[in-house]
Amino acid sequence: MSRIPEAFEGGPAFVPYLAVGDPDYESSKQYVEALARGGADVIELGLPFSEPIAEGPTIQGAVVRSLSGGMTPERFFEFVAELDVDVPLVCMTYYNLIYRYGGSEARRASEASGEAASEEADRPRAFVERAKEVGIDGFVVPDLPAEEADPLREACDEFDLDLVFIVAPTTQGERLERIMSQVSGYVYVQARLGVTGARDDVSGQTDESLGRLSQWDVPKAVGFGIKTGEQAERIVRGGADGIIVGSALVDIVAEGAADGEDAEVVADRLEAKARELKTGAMRGAGVETEEEDDGQEVPNPERT
Amino acid sequence: MSDQSTQSSEDGDFEGYGGRYVPEVMEEPLDRLAEAFEGIARTPEFHAEFRDLLEEYAGRPTSITYAGNLSEAYGADIYLKREDLLHGGAHKINNCLGQALLADKAGKERLIAETGAGQHGVATAMVGALFDLDTEIYMGKKDADRQRMNVFRMRLMGAEVNEVTDGGSGLADAVDAALEDFAHNVEDTHYLVGSVVGPDPFPRMVREFQSVIGEEARRQFEARTGGLPDAAVACVGGGSNAIGLFHAFRDDPVAFYGAEGGGEGADSARHAAPLAKGRDEVIHGMRTRVIDEDVEVHSVSAGLDYPGVGPEHAMFRAVGRCEYRGVDDNAALAAFRDLSEQEGIIPALESAHGVALAKDLAAEGEHDSILVNLSGRGDKDVEQVARMFDL
Repeated sequence: MSRIPEAFEGGPAFVPYLAVGDPDYESSKQYVEALARGGADVIELGLPFSEPIAEGPTIQGAVVRSLSGGMTPERFFEFVAELDVDVPLVCMTYYNLIYRYGGSEARRASEASGEAASEEADRPRAFVERAKEVGIDGFVVPDLPAEEADPLREACDEFDLDLVFIVAPTTQGERLERIMSQVSGYVYVQARLGVTGARDDVSGQTDESLGRLSQWDVPKAVGFGIKTGEQAERIVRGGADGIIVGSALVDIVAEGAADGEDAEVVADRLEAKARELKTGAMRGAGVETEEEDDGQEVPNPERT
Repeated sequence: MSDQSTQSSEDGDFEGYGGRYVPEVMEEPLDRLAEAFEGIARTPEFHAEFRDLLEEYAGRPTSITYAGNLSEAYGADIYLKREDLLHGGAHKINNCLGQALLADKAGKERLIAETGAGQHGVATAMVGALFDLDTEIYMGKKDADRQRMNVFRMRLMGAEVNEVTDGGSGLADAVDAALEDFAHNVEDTHYLVGSVVGPDPFPRMVREFQSVIGEEARRQFEARTGGLPDAAVACVGGGSNAIGLFHAFRDDPVAFYGAEGGGEGADSARHAAPLAKGRDEVIHGMRTRVIDEDVEVHSVSAGLDYPGVGPEHAMFRAVGRCEYRGVDDNAALAAFRDLSEQEGIIPALESAHGVALAKDLAAEGEHDSILVNLSGRGDKDVEQVARMFDL
């Protein structure tokens, strides 16, 4: 078992997302570490892909900044290896990059050994193996449907990593069953229809989704559109085991990049936002924390 | 010919190619679209309405033309399936009428589409006007700049044209923008995909609506010659005109050839010929062949300027049912000129790739009669070509 399930044991988990390499390699590292200081329980690290069909303009912007700074799967793995954080890390990326990595690895290997290229079913293995090596705990692959996920699921099982799936408000019946039979770590509950992006309202579709999922034991983390501590509180009160926040954090990175601010300043702002969200989530679970008064301490009782 | 190559996919799986690699939120609308396609589009009523539209609105059937002068010059009998004679000037209208009719019956209020050369965008704008549906077209800025006339046509017919400046500002970026729109607006919007690409059910749905090309051509060719052509040739960008032509001949002893955008040569660093030279990837919701990572997607023709290809073509290549070759820019331009001068028919630059491949096949001497799908007319390309030829 990976470290992810533990992260959900001590109360509602705060799961922030950032695109690795946004706006540049070194700043990005400071930002991820700031999120950990701010109370992140799991961190989703985006490996940018040039055609991110599930993302809204905010995260597309991050993807463009990161790619134009030279981000590649290999650079991503180096980044993860160098990170100084103590929480589980989930790689969020598109299937093309995982699939392609296996192809190029297999090709190199077969050229070296003269053997036939690896079977189709082995394609994701090289990527998963390398991810495990650098300290990744699991994956979210938004464009990989459960129907096509067997090869990646098998590779994750082999290396003891989790495979997170997204459940939409429209996911029901057989497809929901199939997803829930493949998922591990946590299930990513998409709060509403559409693409990612911070919104002012929290959708009522969330409650229905959580209701449908209640028969399964796996932790339910709700994402899409959360940007304030109050929203985090409401969602946890509604039964979520965790909250996932991406665009609201990427917005902070984007503003910092646009204004040419120092990475330290932006990192402080991310840490404060993380603390707000984590505290909100804790409130939702009925845990009041002191740091709301002075805003300094990490609201994470199981760590103190 | 293997058995596998002749099977028509009912679940979007083409021997491991195809599939539906999309965010979970798009699954349900695609399921519903597949159900509507299998339910509504297979009824006799739908067929009758579709046929009427094809005849009365689009101008079917299109003729086949024996290109006598060209045959003499090239050294084999060349027949042209004249999709250039359709309303709008290209085969695209077949698919658009089918999908718009389906969208209308399924209660959608809005159409969106991506377009490369603008032909599909124009055809979508037409059916948007015809069915009184709000229509928004995504077009790469690079393509919009080189196909201004089509941008004006779309706007004249009431469509909103959204010029995409992301990425390389080409067809792939227009597809991304349209998919994003679709993800936002799945409830009321039909994404009118323009080729046999994308997630299931699009490849098999577009094939069905385009297969009228081959069905007609097969009947016409038999009536005219008493037999079938030795070879069928079509250009391949996404590959809908090619699939449309091939489908009716899939179980016949007719050799298939696909002419891809060879750009500066399929071995160069600038081409759009993933079947001639590429690898398996997952892109735009499907598993298919894509050009290599270090290749810049390029073709002289905007409609072929696409890094991937329809999954059924990837399957045809894998099982050996069709031979795909990259036809480079110069060869296509020469054929564009040949057909204009020899027959008084100005082809679309896309279709000129098919003519160029027919010329090579004639020179190789294996096939006596060659049926070329003339998928569109060249009015849209005249300005670009006039500059190149210094006319």
